[in-house]
Amino acid sequence: MSTELRRRTVLRGMLNGSAIAVALPFLDCFLNDNGTALAASGAPLPVRFGTWFWGCGMTPQRWIPKATGRDFTVTDMPELACVEPIRGRINILSGFDVKLDGATNRPHVTGNMGLVTGSTPLDPDKHDVHSLDVLIADAIGTNTRFRSLELAATGNPKDSYSRRGANNINPAEGSPAALYTRLFGAEFQNPNAADFKPDPLVMSRLSVLSAVKESRQGLMNRLGARDRARMDEYFSSIRQLEQQLQLQLEKPAPLEACVVQQKPAERETGYEVFQVIENHKILAQLLATALACNQTRVFNMVFSDALSNLHHGGREYQQAETHHNMTHLEIVDPKLGYQVRAAWYFERSMEAWVTFVETLDAIREGDGTLLDHSLVFAHSDSSLARTHSLIGVPMMTAGTAGGRVRNGLHVSGGGDPVTRVGLTMQQVMGLPVDRWGTKSMEASKPVGEILV
Amino acid sequence: MGFAALAILALSAGCGRSGEPASSGGPAEIRRLTEDEYRHSIADIFGADIKIIGRIEPDVRVAGLLAVGASNTTITRAGAETYDVLARDIAAQFLDKAQQEKSVPCLPAAADRPDDVCAGKFFAKIGRLILRRPMDQATLDSFVKAAADRTRITGNFYSGLEGSLAGLLVEPEFLFRVENVEPDPTHPGQRRLDGFSKASRLSFLLWDTTPDNALLTAAQTGVLDTQAGLERQVDRMLASPRLEAGVRAFFADMLEFDSFDGLEKSKDIYPRFSRTIAEDAREQTLRTITDHLIDRRGDYRDLFTTRRTFMTRALGKIYRVPVASAQGWEPFAFPDGDFRAGLLSQISFTALHAHPARSSPTLRGRAIREILLCQRVPDPPANVNFSVVEDNKNPNYKTMRERLTAHRTNPTCAGCHKIMDPIGLGLERFDGLGQYRAEENGAPIDTSGELDGIAFKDAVGLGKALHDDPAAVSCLVNDVYRYASGHTPLPGEKPWMGWLEQGFAADGYSLPELLRRISLSAAFYRVSDGAGPGASTQANGPAPDPSLAKEGRS
Repeated sequence: MSTELRRRTVLRGMLNGSAIAVALPFLDCFLNDNGTALAASGAPLPVRFGTWFWGCGMTPQRWIPKATGRDFTVTDMPELACVEPIRGRINILSGFDVKLDGATNRPHVTGNMGLVTGSTPLDPDKHDVHSLDVLIADAIGTNTRFRSLELAATGNPKDSYSRRGANNINPAEGSPAALYTRLFGAEFQNPNAADFKPDPLVMSRLSVLSAVKESRQGLMNRLGARDRARMDEYFSSIRQLEQQLQLQLEKPAPLEACVVQQKPAERETGYEVFQVIENHKILAQLLATALACNQTRVFNMVFSDALSNLHHGGREYQQAETHHNMTHLEIVDPKLGYQVRAAWYFERSMEAWVTFVETLDAIREGDGTLLDHSLVFAHSDSSLARTHSLIGVPMMTAGTAGGRVRNGLHVSGGGDPVTRVGLTMQQVMGLPVDRWGTKSMEASKPVGEILV
Repeated sequence: MGFAALAILALSAGCGRSGEPASSGGPAEIRRLTEDEYRHSIADIFGADIKIIGRIEPDVRVAGLLAVGASNTTITRAGAETYDVLARDIAAQFLDKAQQEKSVPCLPAAADRPDDVCAGKFFAKIGRLILRRPMDQATLDSFVKAAADRTRITGNFYSGLEGSLAGLLVEPEFLFRVENVEPDPTHPGQRRLDGFSKASRLSFLLWDTTPDNALLTAAQTGVLDTQAGLERQVDRMLASPRLEAGVRAFFADMLEFDSFDGLEKSKDIYPRFSRTIAEDAREQTLRTITDHLIDRRGDYRDLFTTRRTFMTRALGKIYRVPVASAQGWEPFAFPDGDFRAGLLSQISFTALHAHPARSSPTLRGRAIREILLCQRVPDPPANVNFSVVEDNKNPNYKTMRERLTAHRTNPTCAGCHKIMDPIGLGLERFDGLGQYRAEENGAPIDTSGELDGIAFKDAVGLGKALHDDPAAVSCLVNDVYRYASGHTPLPGEKPWMGWLEQGFAADGYSLPELLRRISLSAAFYRVSDGAGPGASTQANGPAPDPSLAKEGRS
C-alpha cells in the first residue's frame, strides 16, 4: 500500500465523518514530500550519524598510539588509556591535518570550522558553508520528528558547531529536563503504545501553518538574494514543524529498543567539570533513548566548548583556571614534557567519550546494539592546544553504521587533509559525493581502511 | 494619501534640519526580533501577566552588535520549534476561560460554533498589533478560516481563535521586522521606508518594543510621513518613561551584557560571587546609565567619570561600602578621591572582562578598545606561548604587570599587547571580580599607564582619559546608528554621520538629543539604491490605507 493511500485512510479515520473543509494548500503540504513511512514494518533498522566534540585537543605524545592498523595499544598512551574497554568498538584517526590555505589561524575557531565544513575560513564570521552534520541530516533526517538534535553538556545553547552558514548556528539544548520535555512530552508518540489515537487538533495546527506559509511568495518577491536565502531557511524550519505534525498522524512502527525513562530533575548547568561530566551522562542517556525511539537520526553532542571553559575548584591558583587557560599558562613540566594539569582535562574528556559510546552500546536493538546501527564521529578543534596546532587534529569514530564500517583500527593520515574523514562519513551515510572540501582541503579519497 | 497630506508633504519637502548633509541612506533590512524585543512585544500586545516560559533561540552578535546580527541571522529548525511552543502557550493564556471575553472585542453568535465575523474583528485588531501593520485581506481570511476549522473539531469558538492566534505568532512578519520601501514623494527618484517600517524603527529604537496603537495610527493615516507628525510622535516617545527600556536595551547590547548569562567565577578564589551579584552588577550599570543620561540629561562622556551610582546590599559587600537598605536599590556616590569612578570601575566591567580566577589587563584593554572606542584588536597569533612568562610562581615576576611586560618583550606579541595592556593595567587594582586590592603577591600594584598618549595614574585617571577621547564619542554615535538601523554605515552615509557627531557635541553629548536627531532625520528612513527588500516591486505600492482590510503586503 502506498504511503499516500495510508495517509488518506488515516485522515479519513481521524476526521471521523465530520465535515471539515480542508484548504487545498493544506492537503498539498500534508501529502507532499514525506514519501517514506516511519520505520515501516520489515524495513531495516535505521543508521544514525552523530558527532561528539571536545575542546582543546590532546597531548600528541600521550594520545597517538604507536602502531597503526589492528595491533595498536592504548594502555601505554595515558590520555587514551581509558578507551581500552571500547577499543574494539572505535577507530582512532591521527595524522589528518586542517590546511590553512593562507588563512589566519584564529585559535579554536579556524581549525574546527575547517574540519566541520571542509574549507578553511578566511573570515570565520562570514564563512557561509554548511557543516558536515547538516549535509548528512538533510539527506537522512527528513523523515524523523527531529532532523537533528544538538546537545551541549555545558548547558550553553551557543556551544554548537552545527551550522547552516555564517550566522545560522543550530542552538544546543543543555538542560536534560528541557530536552526530555521536547523529546518525550505531550507530542511524543510512543511506538510501543497499545492503541494509537491521532489528535484531531494536529490537523488544525497543520492548517494554521499552511496559512503561515501563504505569505511566502509575497514576501520572497520583495527580497534580495541574501534575505531570500534567510527567509528560505525560516520557511524550511516551518516545513519541519509540519513534518513533525504529520508524523503524529501516523501510527509509528513498534520499536522494542524504545523504553522511555523517567523525566530527569531540573539541574544547574555550567562549566564546572564534574557538573559537565554528570550533565553529559544524563544527556547521553536521553539521546540514546531518542535514537532508539527513532525521534532523530542525526545528533551533535558537545562535551566541552572549543575554547574549553571547563574548570574545577581547588584552592590552588592554577587549578581554578579554565582548561583552556591552563593549556597556555601552565608550564610544560621539564621532566615529564607535558602540561600536567591541562592533561588532566584531556583524560576527563576521553572518559566522557567512553561513557558516551558505552551508553549507545548498552541499548539492545535488533541483533546488535544501538551503536551497531550508528556512526559517531568524534573530534576536537586542535591537536596540541598550547600552540593551537592543526597538525593531526584528533578524531575517532565509533559504531559500525549497520555493518558498513570496520572498528578496532588506528589509521594515520600521514598529513592528509581532515576532509578525507568528512568525505568518508558522508559516503558511509549514503550521500552521493565523490569529493569534499576546497583548495588543498579538497579530498576525493575516503579512508578506505575503515570501510567494509 | 489625500491631497491635504500631500500638500503638507510638499511644504515640508526640503526643509531638512539645518546643515544636514545628503545621505545615500542604507539598506532596508529584515531583522529577527531579539529575545528582548520578542518579550517586550508579547507583553505589550497581550499584557504583562502573560508568561513566556522557555528559552528563545540565542541572538547572534555581528560586528559587535546583536542588532546587526539580527539583520544577518534566520530561524533554525530548533528555533522554529521553540517559537511554536511559545506561541501556543501565549495564545492559550490569552484566550483561557477567565480571559477570553476580555481578550476578544466581540461575543460570538454561539460559543460552540464558528463566527467568522467576530473572528475577523479579533484578528484584524490583534493582527495589526502583532504584524505591526494591518493584515491584508487574504491573510486575515486564511486565519479566520483556520480558526473555523478548529472550532468545528473542538466545538469551541475560542479554541479556534487560539489555534490561529498561535499561527500568527510564528508569522515571518512577526518574528522578523521586515522593512518595506516606497518611492519618496518629496525626493522624486529616491526611496524611503514606508510609514509602518518607520514606526517599527522608532519604536524598537526608542522603546525596545513593538509600535503602540497611536504610532501605528500615525503610520496608517500618513501623518508619520509629515515632518510635523513625525516630530509629534518622536517627542511623545522621548518624553515617555518607556524611553528607559530603549536606552537600557541599547547599552545592554553595546556593552555585551548578554555575556552575563554565562559568567562564571571560581568559587574558591571569589567566594562572594553569585548569580545575584552578576544580576545586580548588570542592573547597577544600567541604572547608572539611565539615571545619568535620561533623568539628569547628562553628558555621555561623564559616564566614565561619574561617582554616582546605585547599590544593593549584596553589591555593597563586594565594593566594601555600607548599604542601609536590606532590600532593593539605593542611590550611592563614591566620595571624591575614591579609587572608583565611572563605568570602568564597576563590577559589570571588571568582572565581565576577566578570567574566572584572575583579572586580565589584556581582556580589559581589549574591551575598552573594541567596545568603547570601536577599534579592532587583531587576534593573537595561533602559535603563541604564554607559559614561560605567565607563571605566577616565578619569583622574578610577582605582579601581572611584570609578567605581561616580560610577555611583551616577545616582538610577535608586542604589537597587539601594547595597545591593550597599558590601558587594562589601569584597572589592575580590581581583581577578577572587581574587589579592590592594593597588592598582588606582596608587591604593590602600579596602575599607571597611558591611553593613546594621555598618561594616567589609576582607574579614575583612565576614566578621565576615556572621557576626553574623541574616539569614544564617535564610537557611541556609530553604535547608536548601527543599532537603530541594523547595518554598518555605507560610505554614502558617512557625511551625515559626521553631522550627527557634530550635533551630538553641540547638544552637550545628550543621548536623548542624539536619538531625536536621528529619529527626525529623513536620512534615517532613506533607502539606498538597489538595496534591500522592495527594490523592484515596491515602486508602485499602495499608499497607506486607513481601512484595515486593504493594506497590500507586496
